[in-house]
Amino acid sequence: MATFDTAPERYGSRSFRNYELDGAYDEMFDSRGDPRPHYKALYDSLLELPADELRRRKQASDLYFLHQGITFTVYGRDEGTERIFPHDLIPRILTGSEWSVIERGLTQRITALNLFLKDLYSDAKILADRVVPRELVYSCKHFRREMRGIPVPRDVYVTVAGTDLVRLPDGSFAVLEDNLRVPSGVSYMLTSRQVMKRILPSTLVQSGVRPVDHYGQALLSTLRSLAPGGRSDPTIVLLTPGVYNSAYFEHAYLARQMGIELVEGRDLVAHENFVYMRTTAGLRRVDVIYRRVDDDFVDPLAFRSDSTLGCAGLFNAYRAGNVNLCNAIGTGIADDKAVYAYVPQIIRYYLGEDPIIQNVETYILDDPPSRKYVLENLDKMVVKAVGESGGYGMLIGPHSTREQQEDFRRRILADPRNYIAQPTLLLSRAPCFIDGDVQARHVDLRPYILFGDKCTIVPGGLTRVALRRGSLVVNSSQGGGSKDTWVLHE
Amino acid sequence: MLSRVADSLYWMSRYLERAEHTSRLLEVNINLMLEHSGVAQEVRWSRVGSSLGMTGLAELDTHESVQTMTSDLNERSSIVSCIVSARDNARQVREQISSEMWEQLNRLYHHVRRVGIEDIWDAEPMELLRQVRDGAHLFQGITDSTMNHGDGWQFIQVGRYIERALSLATLLDVHFAQVPSEEDGEDTHIEWLGLLKSATAFEGYCKVYTADLTPDRIAEFLMLSEEFPHSIRFAVDQLRTALNSIAEASTSRKTDRLARLSGRLVAALSYSQIEEIMSGGVHTYLESVRRQCAQIHTAVNQVYITYAVESALEA
Repeated sequence: MATFDTAPERYGSRSFRNYELDGAYDEMFDSRGDPRPHYKALYDSLLELPADELRRRKQASDLYFLHQGITFTVYGRDEGTERIFPHDLIPRILTGSEWSVIERGLTQRITALNLFLKDLYSDAKILADRVVPRELVYSCKHFRREMRGIPVPRDVYVTVAGTDLVRLPDGSFAVLEDNLRVPSGVSYMLTSRQVMKRILPSTLVQSGVRPVDHYGQALLSTLRSLAPGGRSDPTIVLLTPGVYNSAYFEHAYLARQMGIELVEGRDLVAHENFVYMRTTAGLRRVDVIYRRVDDDFVDPLAFRSDSTLGCAGLFNAYRAGNVNLCNAIGTGIADDKAVYAYVPQIIRYYLGEDPIIQNVETYILDDPPSRKYVLENLDKMVVKAVGESGGYGMLIGPHSTREQQEDFRRRILADPRNYIAQPTLLLSRAPCFIDGDVQARHVDLRPYILFGDKCTIVPGGLTRVALRRGSLVVNSSQGGGSKDTWVLHE
Repeated sequence: MLSRVADSLYWMSRYLERAEHTSRLLEVNINLMLEHSGVAQEVRWSRVGSSLGMTGLAELDTHESVQTMTSDLNERSSIVSCIVSARDNARQVREQISSEMWEQLNRLYHHVRRVGIEDIWDAEPMELLRQVRDGAHLFQGITDSTMNHGDGWQFIQVGRYIERALSLATLLDVHFAQVPSEEDGEDTHIEWLGLLKSATAFEGYCKVYTADLTPDRIAEFLMLSEEFPHSIRFAVDQLRTALNSIAEASTSRKTDRLARLSGRLVAALSYSQIEEIMSGGVHTYLESVRRQCAQIHTAVNQVYITYAVESALEA
């Protein structure tokens, strides 16, 4: 491990005195410790800015988030504590050519996954051809039999996806997981850029960064393109579980960005297979619902009957083709962490192409040889529950205690279908402003993909940061933070 | 706008108006209590409780009564309960009101909910009551100057003025029933002064009638004044104006009924003579005002908020 203390004449700034370089890919520095060309403008400005000035800007950005009420709720302790989302000052930068690979790779992936969902909910040829094991699909709790044979507009099941990418030590990107149900976090991408425009305006200009502000408009036109029966001036609404949901801020923010109504289940009425919202001027027909409510809660008549978040009769109206839900019901089968292992085959099967972005090696624990190997090497593996997200239900082998490993061993043996394992990845690291100087922390990247009449990926995304030194977990619920992601023009 | 949003704005506004009214009423009566006024304290506080529609204060001593009316969270009409409810409603529609409004209401909420506030209610109730009243006034000013004066703002007006008309009617009714006039030989001057002050009306009254306080003039001023903002007539005029502008934007045919209800109440208050009211009985008259306000409330709810799906589809 080398730190910059060894070459003080080259790295004059005290800001970088605690910066580490080792086996992980560093986003800012190459292996010799020189700043990569696309980071040059940022690096120079960090050298010029005194630590006090950085600290002052950090405070200004925290205050901005506080005043905007950009918070999230941590479940599981003290009945949901509201916190400010920790935001790091130093942006993560991607070159135009890196981005174009990501863009092509994600477009390919989402196209294949939509074809996969279409197939699963109609003829299920991929299962008949034994490319994906039948029992894997039918044992998944997110597979919705109710969706069989129901056409959806343009055959688009996944309208909004947030796919988590990691950068491996060789500099290539790999997909860590797909989020195809109700991915969140895009409001952080948008507000984080607003903050950057205030606190690092000149660096932003010098670097030549592509804008992300059109996300709301792109989302709206994607949703409009998915109106049932090609209705010409469709009414679009955003369905939120309400003010107590952890992502309520984001729901309100996006509704405002798009200029659409933010509705709750109790605002909707289904009548004779049409869906309306109650307004003071009477009932107004709703065509497309961008729903931020899980499948289970969408309609108490069709799914969980104890749900008060949905609208009774909504699913029937959806089946009748009078209203569209984005994302469609039942997309969770395609982001099941065990199905994930088959995505490369899925891409080859439907598109006849090799995947542009690789998967991370994944062990299906239902498979006895894999299970044996994983159980013998629990201290080196990351184990994940297949249906969970947000960093819950996870074992990070190298950072776990023996008791935790024993606990997971028992859980795996009790229900092997419910777990997968991956080798512990050395995620790339990026410079972060922590405790008054610049330190390296592990990061991932979640771009947001929109799929309607065309595929749109706004150049950027949410770069999540594992703020604890050495930690590999970037989820906001597990002590992660975020930083702005700059994609350069070139 | 969404019916749920209109409903939340309406209740936010009603609760805040109620908090303001209650604060003023308590401030005035605590003030009167400081000097020997000839009215037993239990009598005073039970009267204040009745005019706020709170029952169950009879058993309590002065201190407990004031505490219940100010800060008891189990009493739905206490000042703190009203502020909590107003904020809860505002939180549901946070994106529909201006951020300045939200900040002010949030500030007021945190002020009355902060740690150790109970001791301050005990030690300096007057100061805290004044702060609540100022806070509510500030909120109204911010609302008028930062929010679009569209449907949402109109629902805020509806809530505010229907609450004002109702609370004034109750205040007057209880007062006329329980406080004897001078002619009965008791010195109740100070109580009639208190009534005017409870409606922030003493100065307004003096400008019209001089400081000569008589029950029928006070009744005329607080019920029928066209210009004074805390008179029932003024409140009902504003209520009708807001309802009419909401109706203009609506396609529902049922707004006719609402227009008739509010129009009738405005007409009654515009053309009533105080002599007739006094001879026919203040209570009967105020009872009728209250009943009509309740009908308007129900009709607003039926036309704009909880209408039946079938009826809305026919329209």
